[in-house]
Amino acid sequence: MTKELEFLSRRVASGKMSRRDFMGRAAALGVAAPMATSMLTSAAKAQGPQKGGILRAGLVGGESTNSLDPATFASQVPFTFGRAWGETLVNVSPTGELDFRLAEEVGASDDAKVWTFKIRKGVEFHNGKTVTPDDVVATLERHSDEESKSGALGVVKGIGDMRVDGDNVVITLGEANADLPYLLADYHLIIQPNGGKDAPDAGISAGPYKIAVNEPGVRHGGERNENYWDSSRAHADQVEIVVINDTTARTAALQSGQVDMINRLEPKIVELVKRLPGVTIQNVSGRGHYVFIMHCNTAPFDNNDLRMALKLAMNREEMVEKILFGYGGVGNDIPINASYPLFSDDLPQRAYDPDQAAHFFKKSGHDGPVILRTSEVAFPGAVDAAQLYQQSCAKAGINIEIKREPGDGYWSEVWNKQPFCCSYWGGRPVQDQMYSTAYLSDADWNDTRFFREDFDKIIKSARSELDPAKRKALYRDAAVIVHNEGGLILPMFNDFIDASSARCGGYEPDPNGDMMNGFSLSKCWVAA
Amino acid sequence: MSSPVLKLVAQRLSLGILLLFAVSILIFVGTQILPGDVAQAILGQSATEQALANLRRDLGLNDPAYVRYLNWLGGVLTGDLGTSLANGTDIAEAIGRRLFNTLFLAAVAAIVAVPLSILLGLLAVRYRNRWPDKMISAVTLASISLPEFFIGYLLIFFVAVQLGWFPSVATVFDGMSFGQRLSAVALPAATLTLVVLAHMMRMTRAAILNVMQSAYIETAELKGVSAFDIIRKHAFPNAIAPIVNVVMLNLAYLVVGVVVVEVIFVYPGMGQYLVDHVAKRDVPVVQACGLIFAAIFIGLNMLADIIAILTNPRLRHPK
Repeated sequence: MTKELEFLSRRVASGKMSRRDFMGRAAALGVAAPMATSMLTSAAKAQGPQKGGILRAGLVGGESTNSLDPATFASQVPFTFGRAWGETLVNVSPTGELDFRLAEEVGASDDAKVWTFKIRKGVEFHNGKTVTPDDVVATLERHSDEESKSGALGVVKGIGDMRVDGDNVVITLGEANADLPYLLADYHLIIQPNGGKDAPDAGISAGPYKIAVNEPGVRHGGERNENYWDSSRAHADQVEIVVINDTTARTAALQSGQVDMINRLEPKIVELVKRLPGVTIQNVSGRGHYVFIMHCNTAPFDNNDLRMALKLAMNREEMVEKILFGYGGVGNDIPINASYPLFSDDLPQRAYDPDQAAHFFKKSGHDGPVILRTSEVAFPGAVDAAQLYQQSCAKAGINIEIKREPGDGYWSEVWNKQPFCCSYWGGRPVQDQMYSTAYLSDADWNDTRFFREDFDKIIKSARSELDPAKRKALYRDAAVIVHNEGGLILPMFNDFIDASSARCGGYEPDPNGDMMNGFSLSKCWVAA
Repeated sequence: MSSPVLKLVAQRLSLGILLLFAVSILIFVGTQILPGDVAQAILGQSATEQALANLRRDLGLNDPAYVRYLNWLGGVLTGDLGTSLANGTDIAEAIGRRLFNTLFLAAVAAIVAVPLSILLGLLAVRYRNRWPDKMISAVTLASISLPEFFIGYLLIFFVAVQLGWFPSVATVFDGMSFGQRLSAVALPAATLTLVVLAHMMRMTRAAILNVMQSAYIETAELKGVSAFDIIRKHAFPNAIAPIVNVVMLNLAYLVVGVVVVEVIFVYPGMGQYLVDHVAKRDVPVVQACGLIFAAIFIGLNMLADIIAILTNPRLRHPK
């Protein structure tokens, strides 16, 4: 009973329940009004960040092959742990603005080619050395080196020249890019002493926690960095990540109080988990999306009528309802949604239209089945989604033949190789990055084989455009081309679904990524 | 007595080593056949051609397969298991800790499961075809019939979540006291015990019943020896060989076959470690793990043979 009341009082304090409702529930539980009022007051007091304690997260996405070298980060656990011990130049805030970290301010030349980052003074690395502009330059050098294996290589390879000017780092780009600060918020670009050139996996940066335990694939732990420059973060004395790749085990660990937050709940169990006492579902619509991708240069998908037929044969609402159980948004065949800055919401929503699909299919002159490759690793529920799509296509007279591929090797042998398959994309902080990652002719992962000079031109001119209104118009033009002629069928944007226990205070979902874009351990606190 | 046994052990040992070589070649070939290579697996979905080429060169993947195999073999023979291709850590060190965890869990499970199953087997024979026998059979067969992940989930739900007796996450680490470790592995060990119990218990029961048909048992009965003493003194020693075989098979399973239990209870053992590295095509680690697993399997089977011979006078003194 007290546990439930405590939980309810926290909900009132965080604005999720009215005071009146609370008193009603308290009465129903047989608690006298004065006592209920006093509980409420203490809960409200407890709402501010609490110092101390140990905050624990149970996360999927950690392997015993993980390394502490930020250049190699590719899954959830190194990403989230990196957020706890590392510090980047800037972050992107939950509302999509720049949040200055090791850079104090940023300025750009009028052509968006020369950028000046003023580096915060007096910040110390975990090893006691001071963070200097030279360390920043060395870090960017290491990641932008063509020889490097960095996951951020695509992000920083546009950097032409870097130099230190007093407290500033001046970056000159080969090609204008109005989004550069957003790109430098990439989670790989953790600033390390001398850029990590000497010891890339030493795990030394200037983040809120120092590494205390590092057992890849098992657990990671940090102790508060007492010299951390920002007192509004790092509330808990210690943080710990336990790698729990099994969904049921993760939920049980949250329920039995062994961890305070977990990531990646499966949509189909959310309704059940919601009912557990003390557990709060934290879901936020993000920029990640599930896709069916066609190669625009490979027969039969080189025919836009066929592509259009396949787009019209997708029942997007059904996908959101049955694959995401409502925890997501309907897509519109562009990789951008309202979570992005400069999004134009006036693009007409493409709807399921079997008649039109049949019409375009006939017009394309294609005969026989269309092979779609899928796998359970393509995205959660991808095999079911392919079967739903098969059904909705059948109504338009299109015969989809599903080839189920093994999950092991899917990303090396099927995705970006076969002309029609299921896949997913995590979002990017800005539109330009999303388009230049996968839709420009020279993109590294042009997984729809989309080669359009006019489209490239629009995206590139938007890069050097510093006027937001004009940029927005340019992005709308680009979106129209992808929407009508691209090889992308985008049925749904998936929510990030995390859950936290009553012990965890200050959880604020962040559309940039799960676990508050990785910052949950340093922004939350132990509430109990 | 000693010379034939020694000869036998020597024979088995050399055969075992030969087998290990064969196993290592098989594993190497197997990892070569799998689609994708370690560079692609490390960089994943975000691999660029340039990054792939850089990584392949750094990892020495451009050498022909047999050269890589021979390099690895040379290292192993001089006691160097090499470093992981995926994250550059020293394999021997990483495996050492994992192997200890695996053996610890297997030992806890075995210490409970082996005596318990043999005792239950003896009880089942003593009360053959009466209700204790039937109940023991029903319960152990039910627990072996349930998939192990399901038993694990049931234990997590009732024992960890509802009762809160033991943690549902069995993460163990350095600096834990022995008692804490025991508490952490309680649920996985219980799961494993339930899984292996039936096999050993049924085998004990069958082997002893087989002996119970013999004429000397009848003599003992006529002599007036109590039922339990007949089983303990006369039947059991003659039924040891098949029981030991089954026990060893199950012990081997406790060491090499528990990846599902490790995943459910988040236990940092060898199984999960191996699976992670197979997914990354990390050949040196897979080789090392495979070799250790094969060695344990072969070793336990050899032990079973030797015990069977030592407990059997006819094999101990061949004519």
